[in-house]
Amino acid sequence: MRFILRRLGFYLIAFWVSITLNFLLPRFMPGDPVSRMFARSAGQMQPEQIEALRKLLGVDDRPIWEQYADYLYNIVTGNMGVSITRFPTPVTEVIASQIGWTLLLGGTALVIAAVVGNLLGILAAWRRGGAIDSALPPLLVFIGSFPYFWLAMGALYLFGVILGWSPLRHAFSDGLEPAFTWEFISDAGAHLVLPALTIVLVSIGGWMLGMRNTMIATNAEDYITMAEAKGLKPGRIMFRYAARNAMLPSATAFGMSLGFVVGGALLTEVVFAYPGVGYQLLNAVQGLDYPLMQGLFLTITAAVLLANFLVDILYVRLDPRVRAS
Amino acid sequence: MTTYIHPSPSAADAVVESPTAAPATGAPAPATGAPAPGVASAPAPKPRQGLIHGLLTNPKAMVGAAILLVFIALALLAPVLFPGDPSRITDMASLEPSAEHWLGTTAKGQDVMALTVHGARSSLLVGLTVGFASTLVGILVGLASAYFGKFIDEALSLITNVFLLLPGLPLLVILAAFLPPGLGTVILVLIVTGWAGSARVLRSQALSIRSKDFVAAAVVSGERAGRIMFREILPNMASIVMGTLLACVIYGIGAQAGLEFLGLGDVSTVSWGNNLFWAGNEGALMTGSWWVFVPSGVCIALVAFALALINYAVDEVTNPRLRKIKAAVTPANPERSAAK
Repeated sequence: MRFILRRLGFYLIAFWVSITLNFLLPRFMPGDPVSRMFARSAGQMQPEQIEALRKLLGVDDRPIWEQYADYLYNIVTGNMGVSITRFPTPVTEVIASQIGWTLLLGGTALVIAAVVGNLLGILAAWRRGGAIDSALPPLLVFIGSFPYFWLAMGALYLFGVILGWSPLRHAFSDGLEPAFTWEFISDAGAHLVLPALTIVLVSIGGWMLGMRNTMIATNAEDYITMAEAKGLKPGRIMFRYAARNAMLPSATAFGMSLGFVVGGALLTEVVFAYPGVGYQLLNAVQGLDYPLMQGLFLTITAAVLLANFLVDILYVRLDPRVRAS
Repeated sequence: MTTYIHPSPSAADAVVESPTAAPATGAPAPATGAPAPGVASAPAPKPRQGLIHGLLTNPKAMVGAAILLVFIALALLAPVLFPGDPSRITDMASLEPSAEHWLGTTAKGQDVMALTVHGARSSLLVGLTVGFASTLVGILVGLASAYFGKFIDEALSLITNVFLLLPGLPLLVILAAFLPPGLGTVILVLIVTGWAGSARVLRSQALSIRSKDFVAAAVVSGERAGRIMFREILPNMASIVMGTLLACVIYGIGAQAGLEFLGLGDVSTVSWGNNLFWAGNEGALMTGSWWVFVPSGVCIALVAFALALINYAVDEVTNPRLRKIKAAVTPANPERSAAK
């Protein structure tokens, strides 16, 4: 219990840091982002909305601590202001409409990469120096040297433009309305395959090498020798005895990546014009939509922190040693 | 523990010798030179010579160094090889690779070969600067954490962990959006988001050295804090500092390219990331001009691969377990996995 409370305190501090960062950035940066933004959207804003935005971004004359208290109160009550590029939709609504796509893309890619990568790692460690163990790691390291967005664009060019197997952009075809129909789901699935595969390709190496290294250590344990001496089937030893005990670091890594699903797919979403929060973040930056930018950053941070906290709780369940200390 | 400060630290402290400390501290002569592994002179202890010698005879390190040197030479010679402004717009638009333009031209008629070679300058400069700067910050934070302990360690670790947890790419994007565009901004932003990882790795290594007897001896004999940190502890973690440095340079080059690809760098400079940004912007792939798009990406990959090769070589030289695959299986080295 103390462990959990300590971690909770840490995450609250981390969240407070990111809120404060958000508060300070527009106020202390050289230049004046706020007036640029006002110039862009002057025609379509009501006076009271301009007033609210001024408060949010700190273009008022009140003392700074008063602004800060106000800002904290707004964030805690979920009031993140109004988006400029999608005026007059509130920031929270814009984020809510997009986060689903990000979760779908990032979640699918993460599950596939983790499952396949861990399996490959188990096999590589089981047959040390075998085909999987000697051929795959160097190949994956080489692939990992390329910039991710470059690989993604190459894949888009090859499979989208030349071969025409994959749609070029967006999460579903124009003219379709999101609905639970077979037509829509299969269309969304077709748009999902290539972006998800590119993420799997670059992230699978980390899963495989991590699992392989822990598994090699586990294979040297006495209970493995014992299981072999008893004459158990190799498959049973491999999965139920060795892999099961080597899963712990992978479980932690899975939880941490779960948090980065929300923010990590930014480049993927940009390359494939996939309508998630990362793509929206870049659009907000290009459109000088500061309220939306800040709201997205806070949402992404909150997701990362929440996922990490859940992992900590899960860790207490999985590993008795944490409970004891 | 630092209340007693020795008045003249240089010569008198040579009495306190650490078993494997830097040659500078071990030598009876006046301590000169930086505590870099390169200064291993005659009385140098064996392990340090081993690192340099091991790297020179390691094929991976030599291949990596060769690739890296080629790119550095290209970057330095760029104004000689391709004089004039590489981003000058001409009327020879979208030409395929030919004898005259080895890598073809862009939609704006710029020679891709010239763009790529000139791009090496900015990319390597930013990558190296970011790498050295974030390693330096990491060394300072890690050493201070490990040496002073207690409250300072708690506070520094908290800051490090918060920075590690904040999502890197979105933070990069937000920072780049608020700061005025320019090369300095790119470097600053990459250091802000990149130092925390190296600080954590270096802190854990420094902690384990901090608990060694020779450090305790140095403390008791009244050496100054700075001297203990940089002359006693730091030289003993040279290999992990080197690994961190290489990883930071890889990070710097890749992150700069990503940032510029998103259009958040300084779009007026010529660099590999900006080349790719313009390639995407001009729809190079959609019109089939693959030659605009391929070279810069391959260059980034080659540099990253070369640095990774050197990094593996450092690992192999300093960690005998990794030298032979068929060696006896051992539990994973916690420091090694932390460094990844």
